Amino acid sequence: MSSTRRGDRSELPVGVLILAVIAILFFALPFLGLLWRAPWGSVRDVLGQESVRTALWLSVRTSLTATLFALVFGVPLAWLLARVSFPGRGAVRALCLLSMVLPPVVGGVALFFSFGRRGLFGQYLDRWFDIQLPFTTWGVVVAQTFVAMPFLVITVEAALRQLDPRHEDAARTLGASRWYVFRRVTLPAIRPALIAGAVLAWARALGEFGATITFAGNFPGTTQTMPLATYLALETDPDEALIISIVLVAVSFSVLICLRDRWLGGARAALA
Amino acid sequence: MSLQADIAVRAGTFELDVDVTVGRGEVLAVLGPNGSGKTTLLRAIAGLVPVDHGRIVVDGEVLDDATSDTFVAPEHRPIGVVFQDYLLFDHLSVTENVAFGLRAHGRPKADSRTIADDWLERMGLAEFGRARPNELSGGQAQRVALARALATDPAVLLLDEPLAALDASTRNEVRRDLRRHLATFDGMRLLVTHDPVDAYALADRVAILEGGRVVQTGTIASVTAHPRSRYVADLIGTNLVVGVVADGHLHVDGGASIVVADAVPGASFAMIRPQAITLALTADPTSSARNSWPGTVGEIDRLGDRARVTIDGTLPLTAEVTTAALDALALRPGDAVHATVKATDIVTYPT
Repeated sequence: MSSTRRGDRSELPVGVLILAVIAILFFALPFLGLLWRAPWGSVRDVLGQESVRTALWLSVRTSLTATLFALVFGVPLAWLLARVSFPGRGAVRALCLLSMVLPPVVGGVALFFSFGRRGLFGQYLDRWFDIQLPFTTWGVVVAQTFVAMPFLVITVEAALRQLDPRHEDAARTLGASRWYVFRRVTLPAIRPALIAGAVLAWARALGEFGATITFAGNFPGTTQTMPLATYLALETDPDEALIISIVLVAVSFSVLICLRDRWLGGARAALA
Repeated sequence: MSLQADIAVRAGTFELDVDVTVGRGEVLAVLGPNGSGKTTLLRAIAGLVPVDHGRIVVDGEVLDDATSDTFVAPEHRPIGVVFQDYLLFDHLSVTENVAFGLRAHGRPKADSRTIADDWLERMGLAEFGRARPNELSGGQAQRVALARALATDPAVLLLDEPLAALDASTRNEVRRDLRRHLATFDGMRLLVTHDPVDAYALADRVAILEGGRVVQTGTIASVTAHPRSRYVADLIGTNLVVGVVADGHLHVDGGASIVVADAVPGASFAMIRPQAITLALTADPTSSARNSWPGTVGEIDRLGDRARVTIDGTLPLTAEVTTAALDALALRPGDAVHATVKATDIVTYPT
């Protein structure tokens, strides 16, 4: 094993290596700039501020709720896309993944004109159920779920496609109902992908900006999440913006590091 | 007390159309080449694919009937399945795998584990209960799959190519073990395989499946004594010719004519053992042998002291001669040769 690895390294083409290192620098330098400019002395003050803490707590609550919604609806959706063949499946998949590639602001505008108080569906939510989504914390959750769920769907669908459906057949011949099979065989088998998808969706929800500010606005305490607070602070108090940014970078970076093990774990299980 | 499956299942352009019966305490092997529909048959009996025509009945209970729209879901059929590559659940321990069916049937956890551990002990795997399936050898995984299928006390046990996933070095031993464990189960057992050795070792009766049809059923001895398909003839390494008997001759479609003895007139098979065929460089008019056909040497396979020689000609045959004889004649592929066989060495039976 070690000898192969040494052999591989000596055969690395120099040109490719140089380009790869430039790519690494391209990703590393912005964060170095961030760390370099950070007013380390006022970290305690900034994080102690009521407004920052409110935004942080709101972000944690809304992003976790959005992840929960993404799981509850996204896993069945992924299952449908992976396992049930129906006419127009490709178009449905494209539709469900659209918000992943769309500029988030466009998503926010679309949400506003459909679920806003005068929107196509929003007027009935308002009239019949007295539910108003725009400019509320639930609006934040809707916006975050809208942009984050595709990450979970795409990850879980891929895992379901790779799963040998004969394991589910085997479970059924042992007397398990479809629901029992789903809970006890399918879900455990795709656990690495579930965790990876949920974490990706959560990270995306945590960083959500465009759809949130368009659909839910920017009200401290109800809709002003961390990314919105960062943007706002950049104009009034750049030090605060820097520190909030570093907090977001640290959180995202640690999530990715943990995820890496998850993914490798999944790959190992698939090979075994 | 039997399993009866008189069914037709369509899968794309392929159609399986068979009628098989397995009695209580019997082991039926469905033997056929890849793509003959063996797995489709098992999946239909297990309820994993619905039948398009016909019905499946176990102990008088109709499980699937295309005419009355009866369809019992796989989880409600009294049928256990051992799948080709065992399909153990990797996220569960060995004990939990065996307990899975009991848990799915609503048995309490502790209860299920006790029964599962009893099964593992019976299979000689008591110490593997806490292991993960991927830590097991192929033979051990097969026994776990068997225990898992039997733990729910099914009336019928289906086995899909139970030995195909194993490497040759362990196959004989695992086959002996499987035979022993199969003997302890007194329900109906149906196994599908492409390996005649499995059928010999494990089954009481065989059904030969070719192209979605059962072409022959019977005891292994009767099937091999009178093969009724090219596939079976190839399996036991003999020549099978089909034609019409008239005036002491079997007239073959390709134009060849074979002198036969005591043959019943009409459509007939003729089996010519490769060992009964002699090869000569020229025709010998003084010989008592009634049949002598010219041909050219095709392929030569040396197997120890014997060699199997294919002869191309109006009547393609495989002959088996000693390598000494082969060397004495200095035969090479492409050489002209005469294949000779006595009429009394040819076994004929009606189609």
